[in-house]
Parts: sequence; structure tokens; C-alpha cells
Amino acid sequence: MTAQVVEALVHAAIKFAILVPGFVLALAALMSWIERRQSAMIQDRVGPNRASIGGVRAWGLFHIIADTLKFALKENIVPRGSNPLLFRLAPFMAMAPALIVFAVMPVGPTNRWVVSNLDVGILFIFAIGSLSVYGATIAGWSSNNNFSLLGALRVSAQMISYEVSLALNLVGVFMVFGSINLQTIIEGQGALLGGVLPKWGIVVQPVAFFLFLAASIAETKRTPFDAPEGEPELVSGYFTEYSGLALATWFLTEFAAVIMVAMMATAVFFGGWQIPWLPPTPALVATWWFQIACVMAFFAKTLFFVWVQMQLRWTLLRMRYDQIMTMGWKYILPISLANVLVTGLFLLLTR
Amino acid sequence: MALILFFVFAIAAVLSGICVAFSPFGNNPVYSAIALIMTLFFLACEFVLLHATFIAVLQILVYAGAIMVLFTFVIMLLNLSKEEIGEERLTLTKVVGLVVVLIGLTYQIGRVIWAHKVAPVTLHLTDGGPSNPAFGTIQDVGVKLFQDFLVPFEVTSILLLVAIVGAVVLAKRKI
Amino acid sequence: MSTETVREYLTEEEEDRIGLHTQEMILNMGPSHPATHGTVKFTLRLEGETIRDLDPDIGYLHRGFEKMCENATYTHAFPYTDRLNYCSPFINNVGYALAVEKLLGIEITERCKYVRTIISELHRISDHLTCLAATSLELGAFTVFLYGVQSREEIYVLTEEICGARLTVSYVRIGGLTDDLPESFADHWKLVKRRLDKNLYDIDKLIGRNRIFIDRMQNTGILDTETAISYGCTGPFLRACGVEYDVRDAAPYLVYDRLDWTMPTGTRGDNWDRFLIRLAEIEQSISMIDQCIEQMPEGPVRIDDWRVVLPPKDEVYNSIEAMMAHFKLIMEGLKVPPGEVYSYTEGANGELGFFIVSDGSGKPSRVHVRPPCYHLVAALPEIMRGKLIQDLVPTFDTINMIGGEIDR
Repeated sequence: MTAQVVEALVHAAIKFAILVPGFVLALAALMSWIERRQSAMIQDRVGPNRASIGGVRAWGLFHIIADTLKFALKENIVPRGSNPLLFRLAPFMAMAPALIVFAVMPVGPTNRWVVSNLDVGILFIFAIGSLSVYGATIAGWSSNNNFSLLGALRVSAQMISYEVSLALNLVGVFMVFGSINLQTIIEGQGALLGGVLPKWGIVVQPVAFFLFLAASIAETKRTPFDAPEGEPELVSGYFTEYSGLALATWFLTEFAAVIMVAMMATAVFFGGWQIPWLPPTPALVATWWFQIACVMAFFAKTLFFVWVQMQLRWTLLRMRYDQIMTMGWKYILPISLANVLVTGLFLLLTR
Repeated sequence: MALILFFVFAIAAVLSGICVAFSPFGNNPVYSAIALIMTLFFLACEFVLLHATFIAVLQILVYAGAIMVLFTFVIMLLNLSKEEIGEERLTLTKVVGLVVVLIGLTYQIGRVIWAHKVAPVTLHLTDGGPSNPAFGTIQDVGVKLFQDFLVPFEVTSILLLVAIVGAVVLAKRKI
Repeated sequence: MSTETVREYLTEEEEDRIGLHTQEMILNMGPSHPATHGTVKFTLRLEGETIRDLDPDIGYLHRGFEKMCENATYTHAFPYTDRLNYCSPFINNVGYALAVEKLLGIEITERCKYVRTIISELHRISDHLTCLAATSLELGAFTVFLYGVQSREEIYVLTEEICGARLTVSYVRIGGLTDDLPESFADHWKLVKRRLDKNLYDIDKLIGRNRIFIDRMQNTGILDTETAISYGCTGPFLRACGVEYDVRDAAPYLVYDRLDWTMPTGTRGDNWDRFLIRLAEIEQSISMIDQCIEQMPEGPVRIDDWRVVLPPKDEVYNSIEAMMAHFKLIMEGLKVPPGEVYSYTEGANGELGFFIVSDGSGKPSRVHVRPPCYHLVAALPEIMRGKLIQDLVPTFDTINMIGGEIDR
């Protein structure tokens, strides 16, 4: 009995180690490059391309290494008058929840491809995600800087507000697929509607998808919802005082959140690991190549959503703080509620 | 295994609970708030061990994730200085409070030990599992809430509504 | 007229009655802060996100322009004027030259008038582009910023072709210009215009109908007309309030009365109006330059008066009169008859005035400059009181405070 539990724990640890440092953190590091190159393309610039190893530039890919080195070699300044303990602790308080949430993400068809197939699935993501607000809040407060404090206030208000809409947007999907387990939801999206359209979340819940995207970008605190770190007035918001690797931790946290949003959108609204028009029959699922193909499909979709978020970030502007709040409470939340109501009615009538 | 985890989490919860009142890092309300969050978190871990995963998640989502944020919010905004918090002084109230707590604690522990002596209970944790396999799932909780306890549930929601309206009336200076 | 939400505060009695007391937060924005391009410090008194009061603290870029001018000849002042409004140095050059010429009572040549108009309008475009780009940047539209700066770069290249410098132009001289426009100017301008049109189109497509942008700009930073006039605001700021005042129209100088142009005005006096007015003025400036190139006569660009303008080098080396004139101008500076003058031109941000007192020597006895954004920044606390801290950013941007100009 105990041996089984230990074995399960070890398996989960290995899977987590492969998924999070192997994929998420690697992609997060890559994203710093993607973001800079993509914005350069949008803006008629060349972008970073100077870092080279032995003359090989590789489209500026080595800038990832250069950036990391630069961050690592900078002094980690703890400002005078700050609370050193909390100041040092805050990046980890933000980072840990941002990485833990990946534990319930099913990237492939069987239980082998999910670290922990929890029954409460998405709720776990919300619960752990809701803890990530502390990192930002405490960072802002412990910095002993008015800009940071204002940023911390904005970030906590914004994240709490949008968490509500975020969860409500997914309720419609839960109702359609009758579960909050991510694996079950993804399996439910394998069916074809009328034999033509894949029964993806976006097809059955289009309104929820767009609201979800808006609300989740607000959760990641990126443009247009980046008032908490709004550069022109708050310098860098809650992480103004951070430097060196601590600052890099904030960036990684942000990128991890972006990947999480991409994965959520993929899993809930874009069929997860489902390959469209290729229903996963038990025989197919048993083959290893199908499983690999599914995982590839999942990561491809994830990358697509990362790209979408980058594109949004470089096309849109920053909203004002009160506009963000108005949008969250007066538009997104009521529409999500209405969406839940309509979905419920529809399901009741068609049952 | 589950028993080991149970005690690890239990001790952690109790320790962080003590930290709420007596923080080893200093007399700062923010430390206490963080310790309280940790207590809530470890309690949620206990719920998981008791097969109540839904409750565990809600515990984190609502208490640790939302309510405590407001607590820290307020503490940070007040930003009390050392003078405002005041010096550590042993007042009569504190002594009386300590005595009452100690008496209560002794009574509770004694009761548990007494009960165990009278009728030894075995811990039904993960190893055995609950008698009803659906116990603690969302379906189970949902059915309980909306069928067996519908009236109390709705009354609670009205109570919450009243609280929200009251908060708006109190907080909004000019309506 | 105004629909902007203004936060009302409780008086202290009301706070006492309720038992809730507000603790203000003092926030020092600047002098080195992302929003304060240039150097200025705002001391904000905040109640939450709302600005209770704002105290702009200028002077971080003070160089003593006026005193420096008093210790140099009239011609020596041109490099100093370059550094006043560094987004549009040509306009400063022209404004200063016009002031001295007014005091001298000389009439410059026709071609010179046209060239001066062209370069003024060229740098008005550059200034407006800088303002639009910076505004977009501060609101998070980094892409728009780069498009705007790219267009400005084209103008810098053109400027370099005209006078050899990108920023510190020193192109204008009293009684004329250092040199005529290069022959390639008209062709190069066509190229610049084409790229400018494309970039303006892109900018318009990106943010012209962007809901977020309009929400950030519309009904923010409103100042009513009476207050604006009482503070002495001019330029796009005042025109956004609906006042038809433009020095080029009210007191035409150079050849503005011969050009066909319209004056865009706003109705609400908010950031959005100011933004649109600047966009419209770019269009007007482009058309003005086109008209100037068309109408421009051939001829000299400097007057033929060796008491004011340096004689050609050829003459200096070969004739005693020219050599003496050259010597006198270089050693003593041009002599300006005693008197005082206030000459005002339309800078990119409003009325740019030069007040010069002459005592008859080669150096000005007193120089004073009226920088347009000085008055706008003075009105800033009036605009921002009771508004949100985030509205400060676009408002400050559309005011377009230029450190070099305001701190002199």
C-alpha cells in the first residue's frame, strides 16, 4: 500500500519535472526571444540578433543565454527600508503557484500524460492560481516604494476581480461536458457535431471563449490589462525595486502564466490533445505514435495561443485601471452569467 | 503513508497557527497574515487526505485566495508603524486570555484522549477510503447542497446578499 | 460640455461625521521617471488612485538660455535656440530671427520667406509626430510609437540634407539663411511625404478607431476655455478648446497669408481633441509645404546688406569693404538699434515669443523667451485635480512639455 503511494508520488514527480522545467520553463525562456522578435517584425525592426557563439547568430536565439547571464551577474539589490525577508520571498510566492498549476494539465490521451489527474481539475488551477496574487501584493508592499505599493493594490484588485469572471466563463463548458475534470472535458471534445464540426469548446461556447481570453489576459497582467505594471505612471509597478535574478523570476512567472492561459484555452476550448476529425478510439489511443501525435497537437495549439497573446500584446494599448474594473464587473461578469444561464436553459430544453 | 502525511500537515498547520500569534520573524501583522494563509493551506491538505477534495479546493480558493487577500490588503494599507502597534506589554487581559486558552486546550485534548480510551477509533484516511466512493466529489456536494440542504443554502445566500448590500452602504460615501 | 468624471472629496467635517479619515499618499513622479520625458518632477498628493493635488516642479534642464544670449552676439544665439524646443529647432531659429529682424526693421527676401515657412512646417510635423508617438507609447502602443519615430527619422534625414545637422540645425541667420535649400529638396520631400502618408495611415488604422485608445483619450484632461485662456494657453491646446487662435492666422508672418490652409479646432478640449488636432495639423503642414514649393520664387535667400549679413567669402578675400564688414560682424556682432521688441510665432505647441531689448551694441541687453508649454504645464494642476493618476499620463503627453524649452 505504502509502496504504491510512494511509487505514484515518484511518477508524478518525474512527470512534473519533465513537463515544468522541460517544457514550461524552456518555453518561457524562449518566449523572451519570441516576444522580442515578433514585436520587431510588427514594428519594422530587426530585433535582437547580435548575440553570437563563434560567429553563429541563429536569429538571435543566443540572446536567451545572454539575457540569463546578464540577469545572473547583476547584483540582487534589496532596497534600504524594505522588508528583506518578504522582499526575497515574494518572487517565489509568485513563481511556485504559477508552476504548480501545470500539474493537472493533461497533455496527452491517457493518464500517463498528466501529472495528476485530479477530479477537481480546473478548480485546482483556480485555487492555486488565486494564491499567486500574494507574490505580487507582498512584493509591492515589502519594497517600501509608493509606486510598488500602488502596483500591488492594482494587481490584487484586478486579479481578484477577474478570477470571478474567469471561473464563470468556464462554467458553461463544465455544463456542456458535465465535468470539471480536464481529461474528461478534452475527451468530450473528441465528438463531431453533426458529423462535421469537432465538438470543441469554442464551437459550443464561443462567447465564453472570448470572455475567457480577455479575463485570462487580465490575470496574466499583460497589455491591455497591464495597469499594475503600467510603465508610464508606475515605472514597473510591484516589481519596480527588483533586480538581477529576482527580476528574471518575475518575467518567468509572467511567461509561465501566459503558457498556462494558452494551455487552458487549448484544453478547454480547442480540444486539448484531440486531433480534429481523428476520433481517439481505444485501439488508436493504445498505440504509442498516436499518443505522441496527440501530445504534439496539444503543444502546437499551446504555441498558437502563446502567439495570439503576443500579437495582442503588441497591437493593443493599456487600459486605465478604472476601465479595467468597469470592464470586469460591468461587462464580462454579467455576460458570463448570462452565458451560463443560456447554456443551462439550452441544456435543459434539449435534454 | 496517509497517516504520516496527516501528522506532517497537522503539525505544520498547528505551527503556522501559532505563528499567527507569535511570529518568530518579528512583530509584523503581515507575517501573521502569511502564517494564517499557511494554516488555511495546510488545513486544505488535511481535507484532501479526508477525501474532501472539493472542500479543500474551495478552502484555498475562497479563504486563502480571496478573503485573506483582503486582509493583507488592509494590513498593508494601514501600514502600521512600530509606535502604533505598541510595545509588548503583559496586561491583565492578556494573562486572563492565556489562562482561558490553556484551560480550553487542556479540556479539548483531555476529551479526545478520554474518548479514545473509552472507545478506540481507527483513522479512516486514504488507505481505507470512505464507504461511499463518490464522497467528497463535486457531484456529491452539489446534490447535498441543492437537495438535502436547499433551504439553509438559499438562506445563506440571502444572508450574503444582505452583507453585500450592507458593505456597499457602509463603504460608498456618496451614493 | 464636460462629461469627465471628477472625484469629489469629503470635507474634513464630513469625514469626522462618518469617522473615516483619508490618509494621503505623496508620490514623487520624476525627475527621472518614464512619464516625464525630459526632466520634470511632479509631486502628487494622492487619495487612492485619485489626484488631490499636483505640483509640477520644473527647472531640471535649466541652462540659462536668456543669460547666455545676453553674453553673445545676436548671431551667436542661434545654437542656443536650437536647444529650446529640440523637437522643432527650425521653428525656434525662425522665431528668434524674426524678432531680431523686427528690431532691425529689415525685410528679408521672398525666397527666404518661403524657405523659412517650409522648414518651420517641416519641424512642426516632426514635433507633432513626436508628441503623437510619445502619447501612444505611454498608453502602451509601442508599435505606434515606432511608426511615428520612423516618420520623424525621415524628417531628420531631410533636415540633415538641408543644413547638415539632424537636431542642432542653426540654419537660419539674421537677414536670411546660411544657405539655400539643396536642389534635391523637392524630390526628397516627395519621398518623405509618401512614407509619412503611409505611416500616418498605419497609425490611424492602428489606433484611430481603437476603443481602448479612444476611451483613454476622450473626456480625459479637459480644461474649459475660460481657464485655458486665463492661463495663457495657446497652440493645439487652446484650439482643442474651440478657440480659433493661431499666430499664423491672427498675425500672419512669413508667407502664411498667401497659403491656403485651414485651422483645425476641437470642441471638448480633451486629450482626444488635442490628439486629432495634431494629426490634422500634420496634414495641413504637408499641404503648406507643397504649396510653398510650388509658389517659391528663385532668388537670393539673404539680404544684400553687409551690416547684417556676412559678405560672401569671395568678396571678403578680395575687397576691403567686404573684409571690414566681415571683421565688424565677427568681432562686434551686428549692431541693432536701441529699442525693445516682442515677436511671436506659432511654435508647434503654441505661441513662441521672443522679447529682446537692445541697447545699440552687438549683444542683446535682455532676452526673454515665452515658451508655449510653460503656460500649459502651469495649467496642468488645474486639469488634473480630482482625476485619476493614469489620466495624468496622456494629458501630460498631449501638452507635450519640452524640457529644453520650458526650463530654458
